[in-house]
Amino acid sequence: MKPIRQWLEHRTGLETAIRQFLYEEIPASSGWHQVFGSVAVFLFLTQAFTGALLAFNYAPTPGDAYNSLRYILTELTGGRLIRGLHHWGASMMIVVVVLHMVQVFLYGAYKKPREATWMVGVVLLLVTLAYGLTGYLLPWDNRAYWGTVVTTRIAGQAPFLGPYMLRLMGGGGAVGVVTFARFYGLHVLLLPPATLLLIAVHVYLVRKHGVAPAPGDEVLPKQQFYPRQVFKDTVAIFAAFAILFVMAVAIRVPLEQLADPTDGSYTPRPEWYFLFLFQFLKLIPGSLEVFGSVVLPGLAVLALIMVPFFDRSRMVKVTRRTFASAVVLLGAIGWTGLTLAAVKGTPKQAEVAIDFSAPTDWMQLSPEEMAGVAYFREENCISCHAIGDRGATVGPDLTRITIHKDAAWMIQHFKRPSAMRPGSSMPPIQLNDQQLNSLAAFLLKLNPDNASALSNAPEFATQGALVYQANHCGTCHMVNNVGMKAGPPLNGLAKRQSRSWVEDHFVDPQKLSPGSFMPPYKLSPKDLENLTSYLFALPD
Amino acid sequence: MIPVQRPPAEDISRRSFYIGAVYAMWGAIATALGLPAVVYLFFPPKTRKAEEWVEIGDVSKLAPNAPVEMVFRRNRTDGWKVTSEKGTAWVVKQPDNSIVAYGPQCTHLGCAYHWEDGKNDFLCPCHSSVFSVDGKVVSGPAPRPLDRYDTKVQGTKLLLGQLRQSGENG
Repeated sequence: MKPIRQWLEHRTGLETAIRQFLYEEIPASSGWHQVFGSVAVFLFLTQAFTGALLAFNYAPTPGDAYNSLRYILTELTGGRLIRGLHHWGASMMIVVVVLHMVQVFLYGAYKKPREATWMVGVVLLLVTLAYGLTGYLLPWDNRAYWGTVVTTRIAGQAPFLGPYMLRLMGGGGAVGVVTFARFYGLHVLLLPPATLLLIAVHVYLVRKHGVAPAPGDEVLPKQQFYPRQVFKDTVAIFAAFAILFVMAVAIRVPLEQLADPTDGSYTPRPEWYFLFLFQFLKLIPGSLEVFGSVVLPGLAVLALIMVPFFDRSRMVKVTRRTFASAVVLLGAIGWTGLTLAAVKGTPKQAEVAIDFSAPTDWMQLSPEEMAGVAYFREENCISCHAIGDRGATVGPDLTRITIHKDAAWMIQHFKRPSAMRPGSSMPPIQLNDQQLNSLAAFLLKLNPDNASALSNAPEFATQGALVYQANHCGTCHMVNNVGMKAGPPLNGLAKRQSRSWVEDHFVDPQKLSPGSFMPPYKLSPKDLENLTSYLFALPD
Repeated sequence: MIPVQRPPAEDISRRSFYIGAVYAMWGAIATALGLPAVVYLFFPPKTRKAEEWVEIGDVSKLAPNAPVEMVFRRNRTDGWKVTSEKGTAWVVKQPDNSIVAYGPQCTHLGCAYHWEDGKNDFLCPCHSSVFSVDGKVVSGPAPRPLDRYDTKVQGTKLLLGQLRQSGENG
């Protein structure tokens, strides 16, 4: 080993370089408050890593983007975790970068000779936000699409630059293939090397001027960066990573419906860290809109860059920087207030919330089979039967096709289990014939591939199917090619009619579609909601 | 070089604690990122479709030991896409009336071979591999017999399943 080390050191100077980096002298006051920069760099590298992994299974064109992301989430082992890390890592990155900035601001560490370090830092903040903006579009679901429509419109409002910005974003305000390609290109080709370069300049400047000392440090002996400060940085990085990992495992990042430019009912909302801007815009009268959406934020960024030139006083202890503390406090209150107001003002999503990041086999079930899922859950069959690898093993695994008999046998079995299968300890199921029929229909269709429908079918769909069955909708209508064609097929209803139209239609069909022979239905509010949600969730 | 000052004894144990902790935490982070990455990249995707049988045509009129190239369309799952694509098979009715369907590619380097009527064998034009009507290698560089599709005959119709790679010399 030693000769190799010596050779490497002689030819490259690597060891000396590492030593110089690690044994850099830092002020005696350095400590926990200075860990955020390292955490930000770590998070950036994690984003690059998880981003590259996602790119290995991602097709960056509209349509394909959505399908490939679904493939990552539903068919690749670990895909959900990798996407979770990338998604929450982006949010965490913003939090940490802002904390880093607040620390530097509070301590006045931007003062002479460190003005340039601060300014590069502000540019890095903007780059971080640019990642958020461009990455938001890439799942190409409704949320992504509509969010980006608003963003590009705002950019288009910029005085003088607006039209050019729009052209740069690939179209006259319409978000399509060109915009997508440009956002993707920015996100993965342009921004990462720019970030690396800026981080290099930023760290070089930190090293050139040294870590900012606190007043009083000049009389104390300096300490070395390694190992004490490295230890503190690592603890902070480890804590951040632990939080990120738990979030990625525990909090499901939803995937909405494939982007639908014709969807008139969608209410777009920006990512949480842009909500304050969104809310701020609401406070501005229409005639001054440009002022609120472009001019003021632009001035705010400019002011942020110029901070070291506004405050040219001498370095004082952080506890005596009351004005800086007040600015931070005011900023935090303003941000929190606006964000809270935006969250409160967000209407409950009018449309049906389906998590497309999970398998959606349940959408293909007929209403009868879907009702069977409801009975399966109500009767708690899973407490004895296994479904694939889930559930108990008292009774047989119901996905095993070899145990499937015909429906008549199963219904008799449900009524008197031990009569059909001597020795069975299964209790009789107390349902009427039609209900048992549904249950049998569903169980006969069950196989290891579609068993996910059991756990993934949303409550509104199973309950809606019960209402559908109870009112015999299938004697006139067709769902997933099952039923009659006396009335219109119900797949694609969401595309044809609004929700309120459908709800009113149940009450008085002839009023809304003259000539219809559909009888009126008086449904309880809960039933009406479930049935409509179910019908709106049907595939086109 | 940076001069290294000799720290007092109690600092040495604290110093080694710092260093040990730094290595341990970075090790944990690297594992928590590396393992999922390996699983994500190397585990095969969960296949969601059971194998399908594709009807490719009428085999009642085939003459024994006279291979016919049949064309069919089938769905292939390719990552997040299901593509409908053209496939071909060389179908042979054997003297005992059973049906064999060979994959259309030479087992050497994947060129398309064809049936030579006059010579009664399959010839690959790339490197002159020759296969007999029962798929065995007669001459040339081909390492193993022709691959076969799973087959099923329903009435007069031939159904193809998966293409199975033939064993060495088998």
